[in-house]
Amino acid sequence: MTDNIAARFAELPDLLAGHLLLSVSALLIGIAVSIPLGIAASRSPRLRVPALAIAGLIQTVPSMALLALMVPLLGGMIGFVPAFVALTLYSILPVLGNTVTGILEVDPALTEAARGVGMTDRQSLFHVELPLAAPFIIAGVRTATVWVVGMATLSTPVGAPSLGNFIFFGLQTRNWVAVVFGCVAAALLAIVLDALIRLLEAAARRRSRLLGGVAGLGLVAMVGSGLWPLAAAQLQPPVTASSLGTTAVAIDRDRLPLEGRSLTVGGKGFTEQYILAELLALRLEAAGAVVDRRPNMGSTILFDALGSGTVDVSVDYTGTIWTTIMDRPEPIERTAMFIEIAADLLREYSVLTLGRLGYENAYVFAMGRDRAGALGVRSIADLRPMAAGLTIASDPEFFGRPEWARVREIYSLGDLRTRSMDSTFMYGAVRDGEVDIITGYTTDGRIKAFDLVVLEDPLQVMPPYDAVLLLSPEAAADPAVVAALRPLLNSVSDEDMRIANMMVDVEGLEVVAAARFLYDRTTR
Amino acid sequence: MPGYTPRAVILELDRVRKSYDGGSTFAVDEVSLRAERGQLVVLLGESGCGKTTTLKTINRLVEPTSGRVLIDGVDTVSVDAVALRRSIGYVFQGIGLFPHMTVADNVAVTTRLLGWKADRRLRRVQELLELVRLDPGDYAAKTPAELSGGEQQRVGFARALAANPTLLLLDEPFGALDPITRDGLRDDFQAIQRELNMTAVMVTHDMTEALLLGDRVVVMRQGRVLREASPPEILSDPNDPYVANLMASPRRNADRVRAMASGGDALEGPR
Repeated sequence: MTDNIAARFAELPDLLAGHLLLSVSALLIGIAVSIPLGIAASRSPRLRVPALAIAGLIQTVPSMALLALMVPLLGGMIGFVPAFVALTLYSILPVLGNTVTGILEVDPALTEAARGVGMTDRQSLFHVELPLAAPFIIAGVRTATVWVVGMATLSTPVGAPSLGNFIFFGLQTRNWVAVVFGCVAAALLAIVLDALIRLLEAAARRRSRLLGGVAGLGLVAMVGSGLWPLAAAQLQPPVTASSLGTTAVAIDRDRLPLEGRSLTVGGKGFTEQYILAELLALRLEAAGAVVDRRPNMGSTILFDALGSGTVDVSVDYTGTIWTTIMDRPEPIERTAMFIEIAADLLREYSVLTLGRLGYENAYVFAMGRDRAGALGVRSIADLRPMAAGLTIASDPEFFGRPEWARVREIYSLGDLRTRSMDSTFMYGAVRDGEVDIITGYTTDGRIKAFDLVVLEDPLQVMPPYDAVLLLSPEAAADPAVVAALRPLLNSVSDEDMRIANMMVDVEGLEVVAAARFLYDRTTR
Repeated sequence: MPGYTPRAVILELDRVRKSYDGGSTFAVDEVSLRAERGQLVVLLGESGCGKTTTLKTINRLVEPTSGRVLIDGVDTVSVDAVALRRSIGYVFQGIGLFPHMTVADNVAVTTRLLGWKADRRLRRVQELLELVRLDPGDYAAKTPAELSGGEQQRVGFARALAANPTLLLLDEPFGALDPITRDGLRDDFQAIQRELNMTAVMVTHDMTEALLLGDRVVVMRQGRVLREASPPEILSDPNDPYVANLMASPRRNADRVRAMASGGDALEGPR
C-alpha cells in the first residue's frame, strides 16, 4: 500500500505536468475563441443561432468519443494535439453560451443610457455590457475549467499523458489505489483552479490589486510548478542510460548504440500491454535510448500512430491485426497468417513486423468449473442448445469484432445474452456466477487463479493471437533499434507472460517489477 | 407678439416624422417646435403619444424618417451622432445609472469620453455633486445601489450636466419617484435650470408638472402636436377639446382637495 502510493507519487510530476499543459492551454484557447465569438453572436442573431447550435452539438458528443474521433480527423495524429483540440472544442459551449446570455441580459435601458451619454458601440461594449456580463462569463469559464480538467483524464487512450493514466492503469490492473489517486489528483486540480479563478473574479469585482496579485501569482505558481518537469526536460541535455543508472540491467558503458536517440514506445490499455511497453522501454534504454512511454492507447489509435511514426515500437496481436486492420473475416493457419500480416503491413503502412514474441494471447471462451460441469459444457459447440438461457460477458471491443459475429453464426449462438464490461471485472463476474461465460485472454493469470475452464473451439473459428513486435518505418530503418529489440523475439513463453500478468493483477506488484522479470527471462 | 423679446433659438424641430413600418403609420408625425436659450419646453401627452420618440430624435437615439432637427442652427444629420450625444445632456426615464460604476464615475462618464484630464474631471464631479446637493465626500465613492431613488436621479442630473451641454433632454425624470421626493427634486431642478440658463426639453405625462415647470408646453396626441403655447395661454385658451379636457383635470383635482381642506363635504365617507 505505502509502496503503491509512493510509486504513484513518483509518477505524479510528469502526469500532472501533462494534465496541466493540456487543460490550461485548451482552456486559454477555448476562452480566446469563445468570448469574441460570444460578443459577435450577441450582436448578430444570424451568427448566434448557428454558433450556439454547433457548440451545443459538440457538447452532445460523448467526451470519450470526441477525443477518439480527433485521431482520424487529424490524420492519425496522437498525443497532445488531438486531446488539445477536443478539449478546446469542449470548453467552448459554456463560455460562449454564458457570454451571449450575459450580454443579452444587460438591461436595454442601460445600453440606451450608454448610447445616450455618448458612447460608441465599442465603448458601450467594453465599458458597460462586458463589465455587467462579466459574472456570467466568469461562471462559464469556471464551468469550462471543471469540465476540461475532468475530461483531460480521458485523453490517456489517445496517447496524451494525463492524470487519467492513473485511472486507466489502475482500472486495468485492479490497482484501486491508483484509481483513487488519479481521481483525487484531478479533483484537487479542478478545485484549486476554480478557487483561483473565483479569487480573480472577486479581485476584479472589488477592484483589489492585492487580491488580483495574489490570485495571479497563485495561477502562475501553480501552472509554472506543474509544468516545470516539462520545461526542465526541454532545458537539459537528453538523459542517457548511463546517467540513469536505475535498472538492474547490465550496460555496456563504453559504447551505447542508441546513445542520445529518442524513441516512443506505445501500448494499449491493459495489464499485459503495460508490462510489454515497459519491457520494450527497458530494452531500448539499456541500449542508450531516451524513451517516451505512451501506455493506455486505444488499439487502432496505436496502430495509426505507429504508421505515422508518432510511436516507434509496440506489440500487437496477429488476430487483432487480421480482423481489425486487414478486415479479413476468416482466420487462416497460424504461420500463414503471420506471413501475410507481415507482408501486408509493410506494403500498406510501411510498418515492419519484426517477429513473434513467442506467446499467444488469444480470446478464449471461459466458464466457472462448477457451472461448466453442471451444464456438461466442454466446447463452444456444447453451448448451442442452451444458448437462450446463458449470458456472456466480454469487453466492448470483442463484441464489435468480426470473430464474434462468426462465432455466433457458426456455432448458432444468436440467443446468447451479451454484457459488455471492462476486462478487469469479467473474471470476478464469471467466478461469482453473475454471468455464465466470458471471453478471457489466454495469458490472463486469473483464468488459473479463479479455476476457470477454457472451452474448446473445434471449428477453429477464433483466430490465433500471436504477439508480434511492430516497428514504425523510421525505427525499422535503424539497425540499432532492431538489434536492441531482437533478443525479445521468440523468447516470451505463454507461462512467463501469465506469471508476469499475475504479478500485477493478482499479487499487486508494480508493472516495472513484472517487466524486469520478463527482461531477465529474455536476457541470455 | 407684444412684449416678446426675441432670444437665440437653440433647438428647432422642423416637421419631424418617424415611422417604424416603412411609412404606413407614424409614431411622430410632422412635429415642429422650437426652444430658445434658457427655455424649458415640455412635451406633454399620454403614453404612446410619441413624446419620448420625439425627444430621442433630438440626439439621434432615434433617427427621424423625415424632417430636420437643428441645434444652434446646425442640422444634426451633418454632425457625428456620437459627438452630438456627448454635447447634449440626457436624463433617462429609468434613471439609467451604470450599476458597476461609482457615483463619481457615473457623473464623469461623458467628460471621460471627451478626454478630459483626471484632475479636471474630479473638480467637475465635486462641483456637480454640490450643485445637486449631494455631499461629494459622502457620495462620490458610493455605487448607485447604495442610493435612494431621489439621490440616484440627482446623480442622473449631475451626469447629464457634466460636459456643459448646449441642451438638456429629460425623459420623465421624476416619474420613478414618490411624491414628496419628487416635489423637492423638482424645485431643485428648476432652480438649477434657471441658474444655468439651461435650454431643456422634458417629457412628462403629468399635467401639473408640465404647467409648473414649462416655459412652453407642447401637447401631443397620436404623434401629432395639438397645441403649443405657454402655460397661462394654454390654460386660458386650450383651443382643442382634448387639450381642454386635459387642462381641466389638475384644476378639478385642486378644487376638490381645497374643498376637502376647508371642511366641505366634497367627499363623504364613513366616520
